[in-house]
Amino acid sequence: MGWIEILDRAEVVTDKHHIRGSTGGGEIRRAPNLVPLRITCLPNDQDKMFKLSDKILLLCVGEAGDTVQFAEYIQKNIQLYKMRNGYELSPKAAANFTRKNLADYLRSRTPYHVNLLLAGFDETDGPGLYYMDHLSALAKAPFAAHGYGAYLTLSILDRYYRPDLTRDEAVDLLKKCIEELNKRFILNLPSFSVRLIDKEGIHDLEKLMPVGAK
Amino acid sequence: MALQDLCGFKDSRWNFPDSILPFLSFPPGFPPSSSPSVPLPFPMSHGTTTLAFMFQGGVIAAADTRSSCNGLVACPASQKILPVHSHLVGTTSGTSADCALWKRILARELRLYQLRHGRRLSTAGAAKLLAHMLHPFKGTELCVAATLCGWDGCELVLSGPSLYYVCSDGTRLQGALFSVGSGSPYAYSVLDGGVRWGLTVEEAISLAREAVYRATHRDAYSGNCVDVYHITSHGWTRRDREELREEYYREKEREKVKAHRGCEGSSSPLGSAEAAGLDEDVRALSISLHMLEALCLSGDKRGMICQ
Repeated sequence: MGWIEILDRAEVVTDKHHIRGSTGGGEIRRAPNLVPLRITCLPNDQDKMFKLSDKILLLCVGEAGDTVQFAEYIQKNIQLYKMRNGYELSPKAAANFTRKNLADYLRSRTPYHVNLLLAGFDETDGPGLYYMDHLSALAKAPFAAHGYGAYLTLSILDRYYRPDLTRDEAVDLLKKCIEELNKRFILNLPSFSVRLIDKEGIHDLEKLMPVGAK
Repeated sequence: MALQDLCGFKDSRWNFPDSILPFLSFPPGFPPSSSPSVPLPFPMSHGTTTLAFMFQGGVIAAADTRSSCNGLVACPASQKILPVHSHLVGTTSGTSADCALWKRILARELRLYQLRHGRRLSTAGAAKLLAHMLHPFKGTELCVAATLCGWDGCELVLSGPSLYYVCSDGTRLQGALFSVGSGSPYAYSVLDGGVRWGLTVEEAISLAREAVYRATHRDAYSGNCVDVYHITSHGWTRRDREELREEYYREKEREKVKAHRGCEGSSSPLGSAEAAGLDEDVRALSISLHMLEALCLSGDKRGMICQ
């Protein structure tokens, strides 16, 4: 997400950043393992990625409580649908369901201030990545990023992304993005967790740590 | 919502998990449905130092005892660590009244859970419950930042020490070390250098005391005394409340003794006898102050929350 939030005591807080890319065979996503708390941060293994189904991941960043509440709400509803109907929602359907929920809450008294990336693998359509912001604008994209980190990484993705990247090339592309963040981004994001979604499901890849302290 | 309508899902305005919805009983109109914000009688500010960490001997929770209110000390002997049940203790930070209320509500709900299901709810479950209960008040003036320190002993959950941080803005985190409040950066600096899993109980307690002491020294909104709780598989135990002023004088004396030892033999402006006399004066002064404090605080031994 990467937005600087000025709290009531005028202390600068938070940045979360996540980025994903989709390749021909699957999707790779990553999110930093950091929980910011006013001026200090808690190194924490809290996962920002929520597993909606065997082949769908939701990456949710934004305001502190809203992220978990909204993501878990969507997660449980998607699982409920599977229990009631016997089959899972496709990534496209899940994305549109999420968007509709976010839009409905937007003009209520309790809007959720969250930015989302939804990634999934469909049997018929292949991999799909959906970018959603807090105003519930939904767009399908080959690669996406939220927050201040996006300013730094999108051009790298624009330059090097091809739809037919191999898995290793995709991980290298992510490494390039992380190195750029390590070099230029004002906040220190020490480690990133990476996941890959392909037709076999969701796989945890090894954590990426930017080389060399800033 | 198409999917919800299709599934016949109830629109829960407050996003409470359905299992607890019938069990929570709030007075009608609570939280207020359309809330024109009531102006506060005076500006509230939150100052405290609380900390908690896990180690091989259980969980240690420590906190100072100063309740501040916008520049003055409202109560020098408040209790910021509130037991929730025999194996769960919560440190409170934020608004004292809010924390006290929500801890009591949490204790009530956990007891009801225990009666209904025949087992204690785990710390993770208690944290989740508290987070869900606080969520409707997000955006209001409610400010509760608590660490729940407990020992899970039930066979369904992984047994052992457990530590969760819950905040009224919605954060809920598991961890091995937390410090909350205006004095928390100072406490973190001391704790990060000393906390390890293999600490003994005495080492852990003295580290927690040291961290609170350093934080109270630097932070204006923390001070007075320190409370230390230790949670093990047998439940929580509380250490006697300690005046940190004593600690300060003891440290000053230690420094003085070190300085004397350092310049032993060389000429010093004060003869050693005179210096010893000064030491005794300081000691006598601190003892008499201590007795005064003890007299004043004896009425507050139970350490109830003062507002």
